[in-house]
Amino acid sequence: MIGLTHYLVVSAILFTMGVLGIFVNRKNLIVILMAIELILLAVNLNLVAFSAYLQDLVGQIFAMFVLTVAAGEGAIGLAILVIYFRGRGTIAVDDVNRMKG
Amino acid sequence: MSYAQQMMMILPEIVLAVGALVLMLVSAWGGHSSARGVSWTAVAVLIGAGVALLGPASHGGEAFYGLYRADAFGAFAKLLIYIAAAVSIMVAPRFFATTSGDNLRPEYPVLILLSAIGMSVMVSASDLLTLYVGLELQSLAAYVLASFMRQDTRSAEAGLKYFVLGALASGILLYGISLVYGFTGSTLFDVIAQAYAGDRSLGLLFGLVFVFAGLAFKISAVPFHMWTPDVYEGAPTPVTTFFASAPKVAAMGLAVRVAIEAMGPAVDQWRQIVIFAALASIILGAVAAIGQTNIKRLLAYSSINNVGFALVGLAAGTQAGVSSVLVYMAIYIVMTLGSFLIVLQMRDADGMPVETIDSLSGMSRTRPWLAAALAMFMFSLAGIPPLFGFYAKFAVFSAAVESGLFALAAVGIAASVIGAYYYLRVVKTMFFDEPAPAFAPMDSKVEGGLIAITALVISPLGYLLIPALLSATNMAARALF
Repeated sequence: MIGLTHYLVVSAILFTMGVLGIFVNRKNLIVILMAIELILLAVNLNLVAFSAYLQDLVGQIFAMFVLTVAAGEGAIGLAILVIYFRGRGTIAVDDVNRMKG
Repeated sequence: MSYAQQMMMILPEIVLAVGALVLMLVSAWGGHSSARGVSWTAVAVLIGAGVALLGPASHGGEAFYGLYRADAFGAFAKLLIYIAAAVSIMVAPRFFATTSGDNLRPEYPVLILLSAIGMSVMVSASDLLTLYVGLELQSLAAYVLASFMRQDTRSAEAGLKYFVLGALASGILLYGISLVYGFTGSTLFDVIAQAYAGDRSLGLLFGLVFVFAGLAFKISAVPFHMWTPDVYEGAPTPVTTFFASAPKVAAMGLAVRVAIEAMGPAVDQWRQIVIFAALASIILGAVAAIGQTNIKRLLAYSSINNVGFALVGLAAGTQAGVSSVLVYMAIYIVMTLGSFLIVLQMRDADGMPVETIDSLSGMSRTRPWLAAALAMFMFSLAGIPPLFGFYAKFAVFSAAVESGLFALAAVGIAASVIGAYYYLRVVKTMFFDEPAPAFAPMDSKVEGGLIAITALVISPLGYLLIPALLSATNMAARALF
């Protein structure tokens, strides 16, 4: 029987992978966008699992809001990435270093 | 409560939302030529929203089944937010007109308005869902604003960094929210507070830690401050002016409301986090600012430092503490708006902006009034009496001492001495170094007037405002307890 704990563990693993994806990844900014989506999906899994466990709809509604906002966030992230690429001609993480200090 | 009454409670947000949408259409039809008209209309919309605060928006109580709370705390924070947003719109046209012919586009005031709606919702949220939607509306508009000068690679990089770290912060906050929801069974602040008053399970504590980590990102408290200097340096200066003022107030208001209303019973748990963040912000903000050569980076570290002081008030966790946080934020935004208004005047003979601290050399001889005003802001940020910034620090430290946090107050006061060093270095550069080439003359009456007003508030005359400020902040703080 798959219970709440299993969902929470999977979600915690996904969340950790997402956070690591942002900090460990040194290659490509697109990967960072994917890592952010992974974090949000981990949260959604959490919300839906709790919602089913508590027999309470709020969690599922919350998940819908998160999905919607994530779509907007992805669009804005890609738009910023495009203007960045136009100016610099690269999207490697190590090249994001015009400012330091 | 009838639907119409509830709509009256969110009147400021409705005014802003309708204004922003109409102005977006106007700017889509009118193109670049409409920028000036859209800017001034946006300022009028913000003033209209401020006037709407006089109605049920400031005392109506709960609306929409507890999702939203219209109280004095929210109204006070909103007033500060609207003022800061209006100033950020007013200073923009001149800046964009002088940078590489990239004239102000009408999207700028519209984005500021959208961000202002998000911030309004944040400070009035009494449910995790409202909190999240408001926070995201504010952040998404802010990401676009940071990368507003598309041709400038530094601006694009600032937007990119802000986006990645802001999205990570939202993710961490959301993960905390999902845990809080799961272990309390509700997203309403009142119900969450009841759950925290009982047996606190490990899940609840994890939720609390994640939520506070996410909020610390948004107020740029150490150890989640690393985006601040880069974003402040890279973003166009009017946008930096905005970032340093309005979203700080909104995020701090949100943090206070979550800490007191949702997690009030767990004060001993979150106090440890807040004390650590406060001391780390004060110390790191002061030490890291010492080596900076760019005035915008310096002010970024200054804002990290100031957030630390405001958190000292929150750490008290009492009504007096909340009141002192609001006093601090009110005085802080006047100081920071004034400082950035002067940074906006730093233009070379061709009208291009310069940002190095060295270019301020000998400004007391080339531009005496401007130098005097900046010196006042720097002394005030350092908390030197008789300027108004001293009173802000006095308020938070006395609240901390009243709650018995003597060690926190002592370390905080000692660390503020380190902070004084770099503020005084700017003053020394202006008054005692050989003059650098003079800046282009100020040609905007609006900016001159705003500098005069902020300088007047920060001057010892500002102490006349204390009775009014205290009665407003006390009323606001009472709303949370």
